[in-house]
Amino acid sequence: MSDAAIDAKGLTKWFGEGETRTVAVNDVSLKADFHEMVYIVGPSGSGKTTFLSMISGILRPNAGTVHVKGTDVWSLSNNQLAEFRLNTVGFVFQDFHLFPRLTTAENVAIPLILRSRSWKDAMREALKYLEVVGLSSRADLPPTKLSGGEQQRVAIARAIVSSPDVLILDEPTASLDGDTGRKIVEFVRKEVLGEKRCILIVTHDARIYEFADRIVRMEDGRIIGLDKKGASDA
Amino acid sequence: MFGILKIAYKLLVNDKGKFAALLLGITFSVFLMIQMTSMFAGMMKKASATVMNTGAKVWVMDRGVTNVSSAIPLPDYVLDAVRSIEGVKFAVPLYNGGGLVRMKSGNYQPVTVIGLDDSSLYGRPALIEGKIEDIYAENGFIVVKDEEFAKLESPKIGAEFEINDNRGVIVGIAKVPASGLFGIPTLYTTFNRAIQYIPSMRFTISYIIVEPTSMDAVPHIQAEVAKLGYDVLTEDGFINRITQWYMWHTGMGTNLVLMTSISFIVGLSISGQAFYSFTLENLEKFGALKAIGAKGYELVAMLLFQATLTALSGYGLGVGLCASLIALARMKVPDYASIITYDNLLLALGMVVLIASFSSYVAVRKVLKIEPFDIFRS
Repeated sequence: MSDAAIDAKGLTKWFGEGETRTVAVNDVSLKADFHEMVYIVGPSGSGKTTFLSMISGILRPNAGTVHVKGTDVWSLSNNQLAEFRLNTVGFVFQDFHLFPRLTTAENVAIPLILRSRSWKDAMREALKYLEVVGLSSRADLPPTKLSGGEQQRVAIARAIVSSPDVLILDEPTASLDGDTGRKIVEFVRKEVLGEKRCILIVTHDARIYEFADRIVRMEDGRIIGLDKKGASDA
Repeated sequence: MFGILKIAYKLLVNDKGKFAALLLGITFSVFLMIQMTSMFAGMMKKASATVMNTGAKVWVMDRGVTNVSSAIPLPDYVLDAVRSIEGVKFAVPLYNGGGLVRMKSGNYQPVTVIGLDDSSLYGRPALIEGKIEDIYAENGFIVVKDEEFAKLESPKIGAEFEINDNRGVIVGIAKVPASGLFGIPTLYTTFNRAIQYIPSMRFTISYIIVEPTSMDAVPHIQAEVAKLGYDVLTEDGFINRITQWYMWHTGMGTNLVLMTSISFIVGLSISGQAFYSFTLENLEKFGALKAIGAKGYELVAMLLFQATLTALSGYGLGVGLCASLIALARMKVPDYASIITYDNLLLALGMVVLIASFSSYVAVRKVLKIEPFDIFRS
């Protein structure tokens, strides 16, 4: 077992059987350390999301292993997997998936409430994280009253409120204009990454490549290249 | 779990349009179900009015009797035979028939005439004016002051009238727990005067009402009377026979079942559809919750809580609406036949639970099937 934040080996996933079988990810391995921001890039259908889903305990691979902070993810039961996702992984979805009927603070507090924290306590913590993302003044508004960039920041606050070891961002700039997208990723790099966190970002937005420590290029379910970037210099 | 349920509550009530549609469906459905069954209960109470008002514990009657107003006269020997059965404290005849009253104004009004046993007056009503012994006075009748009282031109004590071409005098005014189903006034007199004034067949006893030594004696009395070819029913048994007859031999039951079913289907359609579309709209969010780390049972608890909350709120509103409408109707129509009974409430609650269960079952299936991976792929 290594000290890596993520250690994925030989991950393979196919969908369908027989003639309809499609291999989405084919024998892919990846190691990522804490305080590292790794981009997974590639064209649509290259297997990036499937790969990320297997790492985050959402999609069971057909072959291969994933260790996150030393835990063999796919040896866990379904309930343990849910616990793992709740405690170890933070998600920022492409469409944010915020609840429009809840306030911004309540949206951020959801992971804490799922961890059985009291309502009051969870709200206090949520406000703290809204302050981190610069949205404490919007705490009582529903997400629908916020701009795209603000919603993205709310989604980030929700993802980090339970202090996960691994943060996964799926196309974080897809719904944002170029400038806002850059600002968001810059913010993630500076304020969210931290010493004890690893961030994986699926993107094909070249404008934010400069913030990555490493860029993993995927095509047809395989890793076809690896770029090193000096993010700290960016 | 409290926090999760609070989220579920906020998701539900903050979606005002859908929540209103859900409540409307269940409220309307409960209202219709309770209204229908209450009307039936009200009518059945009125149909059994004579049985309730008389208060006799045991009734002897011809086997062909289906309801209290269609009595088949019994021969006198049956009365003697019943009196000689062990366990019978006393047994008296009761006359139940119809007469035609000509009032002072010259108008005619059909009435129900109850003839009480001359010696005991067993089954007499409670008087609010006059003295019971005056019933023995010449042509004495006691009138029941219920919703139909005004149809006899609200007579006072001493008022005279004709009944089937015989003179009658009001000697008392009584109250009873229930008035009759057919909206006609009731007069009480003695058994002998009743059979003298109202044309009868050879046999004159409509019912024999019995006071048993104890209710334990009733099976024995029933067995002995059965040997004579007649029926013995307790008060509840007789009310049940009347209810069953109206339910299954008059079309009332069919209409009741039909309307209650329609109410149920309407409620199920509106609420089921609204809850389903509410779930569909939030399906991706539930998937996101799953991805974040919510367990299956937590999502199920959220949905069941939402369904239960909606069902109980709709139920309360439906019951309240129905009760208000009945109260309002009674202000205009005093003998409006509608009573909300515990049975009605339980039936409606059962139906609402079914609606909520079905709606949430469909939603739960959808939510449990959603894969967090689909959220990523979307």
